[in-house]
Amino acid sequence: FHSLSTRGSIIDMSGLRILVGVKRVIDYGVKVRVKPDKSGVVMDNVKMSINPFCEIAVEEAVRLKEAGVASEVLAVSIGPAKALDTIRHALAMGADRGIHIEHDSLGLAPLQVAKLFKAVCDKETPDMVILGKQAIDGDFNQTGQMLSALTGWPQATFASEVKVADGAAEVTREVDGGLETVGVKLPAVITTDLRLNEPRYATLPNIMKAKKKKVEKTTPADLGVDVAPRVEVIKVEEPPTRKAGITVGSVDELMDKLVNEAKVL
Amino acid sequence: ALWTKSCTMLAAVIQRGPRLAARSAPAPLGTLVGRTRTMFTFETLPDEVSMVRDMSRQFAEAELYPAAGDIDAQHKFPEKIVKKLADLGLLGIVVPEENGGAGMSTMAYAVSLEEISRGCASTGVIMSANNSLYCAPVLKYATEEQKEEWLTPFAKGEKLGCFGLSEPGNGSDAGAASTTAVEDGPDHFFLNGTKAWITNAHEASAAIVFATTDKSKKHKGISAFLVPCDAPGFSLGAKEDKLGIRGSSTANLILDNVRVPRANLLGKPGEGFKIAMTTLDGGRIGIAAQALGIAQASLDVATKYAAERTAFGAPISSLYAIQLKLSKMACAIEGARLLNWRAAAMKDAGEDFTKEAAMAKLVASEAATMCAHQCIQVLGGMGYVTDMPAERFYRDARITEIYEGTSEVQHLVIAGKLLKEAAKADIPMPAAPKKLH
Repeated sequence: FHSLSTRGSIIDMSGLRILVGVKRVIDYGVKVRVKPDKSGVVMDNVKMSINPFCEIAVEEAVRLKEAGVASEVLAVSIGPAKALDTIRHALAMGADRGIHIEHDSLGLAPLQVAKLFKAVCDKETPDMVILGKQAIDGDFNQTGQMLSALTGWPQATFASEVKVADGAAEVTREVDGGLETVGVKLPAVITTDLRLNEPRYATLPNIMKAKKKKVEKTTPADLGVDVAPRVEVIKVEEPPTRKAGITVGSVDELMDKLVNEAKVL
Repeated sequence: ALWTKSCTMLAAVIQRGPRLAARSAPAPLGTLVGRTRTMFTFETLPDEVSMVRDMSRQFAEAELYPAAGDIDAQHKFPEKIVKKLADLGLLGIVVPEENGGAGMSTMAYAVSLEEISRGCASTGVIMSANNSLYCAPVLKYATEEQKEEWLTPFAKGEKLGCFGLSEPGNGSDAGAASTTAVEDGPDHFFLNGTKAWITNAHEASAAIVFATTDKSKKHKGISAFLVPCDAPGFSLGAKEDKLGIRGSSTANLILDNVRVPRANLLGKPGEGFKIAMTTLDGGRIGIAAQALGIAQASLDVATKYAAERTAFGAPISSLYAIQLKLSKMACAIEGARLLNWRAAAMKDAGEDFTKEAAMAKLVASEAATMCAHQCIQVLGGMGYVTDMPAERFYRDARITEIYEGTSEVQHLVIAGKLLKEAAKADIPMPAAPKKLH
C-alpha cells in the first residue's frame, strides 16, 4: 500500500509512515473541579499536558522509526492555538512533522474527531495510525474504533505490545480476560494502552531540533469535515461521595444484600 | 500547579539593542537610553525555554523527588541520575552543538537548573559546576584543539569537570593564590599546591587549576591550567563532611609536582584571574537558580502542609501568622527569580551582567535560607525530622550564601559597579525650597 503513496517526494519503500494523534488535556495530576454552573470543568489557569496515552503512542511510533521499521512520524492534533505545544512535545520526542487542525475543540465528540482524522488519512495516506486508547478528559475510548470503521482499516485496540513485519502488525491486546494477540494487515489503526511503553523525556538537542520541524495549519472547513456537534452536554457534576462500606457476617448475608438491597444480581 | 498559578505575573526583560554608542555616553541613572523594554508573562517564555522547564520539572518530580532524601542521608553521589542528566543534554546546556552541547540559552539553563534543584539541591550543584564552572570557561577561552579534548566529552556529560580556584589560605581573596606554576623547560610547567572546597572533586576527570607564575605580580600573575585528574602527582583530599548538598563531593585537590604541558594553558598567561572572575559571573546565575529551586521547594512544602494541618479547629493556612510567612516567602522568590532571569537575559544579549548576576545570587541565596527557615517553622515539629524534607532544604540552602562568592563579596561587587556607574552619570539633585524668611 505504501508503495502507491502519491506524496510526490522520494518514496521510502522500506519505511512505514505513521500518523499519531495527540491531544492536549488537563494534566493527570490536577484535581479537577466542576464549574459552579455545572456546564463543565474549570479550565482557567489549569495545567495542561499531552494526554498520557497519546504520549505512549508517540513513543511507540518513534521507537518503530529507531528500529528502522518506520521512516516518518506525523503528529496530528485538533485544538485551539495552544494545541501547538502538544505537537511540539511530540516533535521533541522524535516525530518528524505536525499537522495542527485549529478548532475550539470543546464541543468535539469522538465521531467528529474520527472524521477529521479520516480526512487527514485520505490526504497523507499513512501506513499506520497510532492513537491513545482514550483521552483522560472524555474517557470515551471510541475515536480509534470509529476511525477504523470510517477508513475500513483493521483495528487493534488496547495494545500492550506491537510487532511489525511484512506489511502487517502483530498486536498484543490487554482485554478483560487477559492478553489477546491479533494480526492486522497494514494500513491499520492501533490504540495504545498504559503498559505499551514508557515515554522518553525530550532531550535538549531534540527540543532544539523540534523548533525547525514543520507544522502545517489547517481547519475542519479546509478538510471538508462538518464538525457541528451531535451530542449536547446537559450537566456535569461531581461523582457522589463514597459512602463507608459495611462488613457482612456470612456469604448468605452478602448474597442477600447483593440481590435485595444493591440489586446487582 | 501552585507555582504555575503564583507565577502569573509581569516581568520586564530589558533588552538593549546593539547600540553601543548610546551605552558609552553618560546617562542619568535609571533612564532607558537606547533600550527597548519588553513585557512578558510567565506564559510567554520562548517556546524552547518553556519546553526545557517542563521537561526538567517532569524529570525532577519523577526521578529526584523519590531519591533526594536517600542521596542526602547516604552522602551518595547520584551516579545514575547524573548519567540521565547527561543523556538529556543537561550537563552542557549552553555549549554549542558542534562542541557536544545543547546550544541553548542562559535562560534555558537557569530555568532547568531551578527545576532540578527543586528536586535535589545536590544534583543541582553537580549540574551547575559542570555547566558554569567547567564548560563555560573552556568554551570561552580554549583553542579549538583544546575544546576537542577538554570540552566535548564534558558537555556531553561523558566526563565531569571541576573548578580549582579556592585554597585553604584564600577563598574570597582569590588574587592571593599560592598554588604555583613553575616553568620546566619551554614546554612544561610544574604545578604545586592545594585547592580547597572543590565541587565534583571525586568524580571529575579534569580540573581547571588557577596557579601563579609570579607572586610579585599579584592577581596578574595567575594563569589557568587544564589538568587531567589522573596526572601523576595529582591526588584528592578526603570528602568534606558537610551540613548540606551531601550528594555532591567536596574535597581538596592536591598537586605535588604535577607536570602540565604548556599546551594546557587556558587562555593567555596572566589571564587567570580574569578567567576566574568572568566564570564566577556566569556561575552566579547557576547558583541563584539552585537557591531558587530550594526556596520554591520550601514554599511548596510549607503551603501544602499549611492547607492540611489543622489547629484551633481550622487549617493553619487560615491563620494570619502563617499567611504572612507564605506571602514573604513568595515575594522573596518572585523577586529573586526576576533578578536571575534579567541577569540571564542580559548574558544572552551579550551585555555586561556582572552587577545583575551578583544581585541575583545575593538575593536568591538569602531567599533560600529565609524560605527554608520559615518552612521548618510552618511545619513545626514535623519540620525538624527527616520524615519531611524541610530539614534537608534548611541544610542545603545554607551553602548558597557562601560559595561562588559570599554574600559579602556580592555586596562588594554590586557597590563597586554602582559607584562606577554613578561616577559616570550626572545625578540630578532636587532643588531646595526657597527660604521663607
